[in-house]
Parts: sequence; C-alpha cells; structure tokens
Amino acid sequence: MEIGFYPGCSLNGTSSEYAQSTLALVKAFGITPVEVSDWNCCGATAAHNLNHELAVALPARVLALAEKQGLTELLAPCAACYNRLSVAQHTLNGNETLRNSISEMLQMPLSGKLRILNVMQLIAQHIADKLPEKIVKPFARKVACYYGCLLVRPHDVLQFDRVEDPQSMDKLMAQIGATALDWGYKTECCGAGFSVSRTDVVARLSGKIVKDALDRGAEAIIVACPMCQSNLDMRRPHIDRYLKMKTTIPVMYITQAIGLAVGLSRKELGLGKLFVKAPEPELV
Amino acid sequence: MSSEQKGFIAEVRSKTGVNVNRCYQCGKCSAGCALNENMDYPPSVVMRLLQTNSAESYNKILHSQTIWLCVSCQNCLTRCPMQIDIPQLMDYLRVQALEKKTVSKKSKKIVAFHRAFLDSVRYTGRLYEIGLVADYKVRTFDLLQDLNVAPRMFLKGKLPLLPEIVKKRIKF
Repeated sequence: MEIGFYPGCSLNGTSSEYAQSTLALVKAFGITPVEVSDWNCCGATAAHNLNHELAVALPARVLALAEKQGLTELLAPCAACYNRLSVAQHTLNGNETLRNSISEMLQMPLSGKLRILNVMQLIAQHIADKLPEKIVKPFARKVACYYGCLLVRPHDVLQFDRVEDPQSMDKLMAQIGATALDWGYKTECCGAGFSVSRTDVVARLSGKIVKDALDRGAEAIIVACPMCQSNLDMRRPHIDRYLKMKTTIPVMYITQAIGLAVGLSRKELGLGKLFVKAPEPELV
Repeated sequence: MSSEQKGFIAEVRSKTGVNVNRCYQCGKCSAGCALNENMDYPPSVVMRLLQTNSAESYNKILHSQTIWLCVSCQNCLTRCPMQIDIPQLMDYLRVQALEKKTVSKKSKKIVAFHRAFLDSVRYTGRLYEIGLVADYKVRTFDLLQDLNVAPRMFLKGKLPLLPEIVKKRIKF
C-alpha cells in the first residue's frame, strides 16, 4: 500500500536519522511512502509568531499538493509539521472565505479531507497488527516515552491522545517488549525553537526532563519529534552543565526503537547520528 | 483617550476571538507555564493587565519579554477552566509589538531567529540550516554560537551544505 509522506525540513537535515528510520520501518512492513512533490516548509514557530497569513498559507500549500497527487493519507513524522498541517486544515475547514482565498492564491483546490497522521497513528493503524510476528530482538529496556507539546496539544484540533498522560507511544513500546515507565515530564516543553536563541532556557527545560527520566530509572528516552530529540540529545553538554552532572541516557526516535526490535540494522536506522550513544536491545 | 482605552479589550476580542474578561485569575496558566520563571509577567498577569483596559497596561505587555518567551506549548489553553486561547492571544500581541516597534531589548535574539528562519523559507521555500544560522549571526553578532556543535553535526550528515529550492514558492 502507498502512503503520502511529508518529510519537512528537519528530516532533510538535522534529523535525517528520523527520516531514515521511518522510511526503513514502513518499507519493512510493505508500505510505499510517496513524497509530496515540491513540498515547502510548514512555517513552524516562526510563521505563526511573525506572520499569521503565512502560518496558514505555507501548510495549506503542502496539503493542496498532497491532494493534487491523489493522496488520502499523509504521514508527517515531525511533530511540528504534524501540528502545523493539522492546525491549518482545521482553520481552513472552519473558515470558507479563508479557504477560498488561499486556494485561489495557490491555484489549487483544497478539499480539507486529507488525513494527516503522526508516526504513532501510522504505526497503530498500519503496522501494529503485524508487529508481534516480526519481532526478532525485543527492546527489553525501561523507557520514558516523551511526547512533548506538539503531538498532543491543542487537543481540540489534534484529537490524538490524552493531553496530560498520553498512552499511544507507551503502548507501542510495550508491544516491542519495553517497560514504559510512569513519569512526570511526558508532555512538558523542551524549550522547542529556543535551541539557538535561548540555549539557557533549553538547558533548563530539557534538563528537568532528562533528570526525571533518570530518576525513574529509564535507560532511554523515546521521542517522536525532531525538536525534542535535538534539544535533549544535541544540547546535552548544556543540559549536563545545568544539572551539574554527566548524563548518558540516549534519546531515540520510536521508529529507531521499533526498527531495532524488528531486526533492522543500526546503520539503516541512522543510530550513529545520535550524539548520545543508543543501546543495543536486550536479547531475551 | 477613553475611546482608545475602551478599545483594547474589544480590539483583542475582534482580532483573536479571545474575551479577556472571562479570566477569573485562577492562575493555572501561570502554574503550568514552562517559561514562567523567565518571564517578566506570567500569563495570568498578562490577562489581568489586559482586563484593566488601560493604555499603560497594554504598553507594558507590548514591551514585555513574556510575549516572546511564550513558546506556544499550549499548556495554558489546555488547562484553562475557561478555555481561553492564550497562545492565540500571544501570537496577536507579538505581531502588534512588531508593528509598533516595541520589541523588548532582551528579546531581540528570539525575534532575530524567527526572522532568519522566515528569510530562509522566503528565499528557498524550505529551511536551510547553514543559511539560517549565518543569517542569525549577522543579525545578532553572536558569532561564537554553536561553533563547537556544527562540525559534529556536519560529520554525522545532519548539515547539508547546499539548500534545496522549492520551485513554486509562496511570495511574501
């Protein structure tokens, strides 16, 4: 089966291992990703901070292109892209005047019916059933599933998972043999787009997340967002300075953890690209 | 003066749909705000300032760091018993601050980063990380930022050297 694929900018650059592991995983389950052609940036935080029209127009172009290609489901692995595409679709579906004017500007129709999926939704809907028979190396580790902000909020728009104590990632990790721990920072903010402009803020917010995961005995933090991953992983020197301790807990994408469990290689999953080294799954 | 004063609550409501008078100061937004301790006014105080409907209060908000420190994590909206869309309000206040040129000095780097980001999207259609950081450094003179992390990112294949250009870009 085919599924629309919107990589977004992060997956093309700083989070290329997320693209690699997502593509390797879906292909291992017989799914063919179809990339949206000539896609553009979703606008991320910058657009809705500085230019409200652009914050809708940029993701709207991606949605229109996907519809034009005949896609009905669109996978957006990046949590920020998933969020911005969903918010734009929701805005346009609730405002016909705006939808018509944007559609006219883009010179493409917008039905507003495209189903936008994050990685957990894709796995739950198209992979989870076949997962048990494919597991060769259970990921028998204690993990802290970290959702961050953009996957679960605003709930009225996304309607994805519980806002305070989401479970979708925990369930998938349990399916591959991991113990998903209860912890306090599942949906706390990592500092998001302040990585460059306010690294001090990221060190503090991400530091608290890393510390709580460690205190609960986690051996890995599992994520599904490039911003969360890079803040918790690439900013580790700043985090360690904030925490006044050396931490070695790795931050892996859920696609990498599941990929390891179904026997994909570390190279196929881009595990070497993580700054903090990722563990081997325990052999049971 | 009085007609202008009368305008703030009404203006915010007409532009964002947010009725600031619905806030009864329970403080859940401020309690859950991750950036609270960096802010000059926590979100519930911003709400209270808006409720005073005075030009002085409005001016304080437009000059504040708060509006730029809000990362739109949406925790406040999620936990607000009155479902007041504070993130939407913050988006509006930021654009107001840009238009009125009241961006606080301490927030210039945050704004510079957003501008550099949008520049990249304007010229290529996508985010080009090396271009973004170069643009940001020119804007802030913060030349030393991330000099140690960039080479490692490059070696790990996380920093493409050349931008990808989208053919039919949205003009802005």
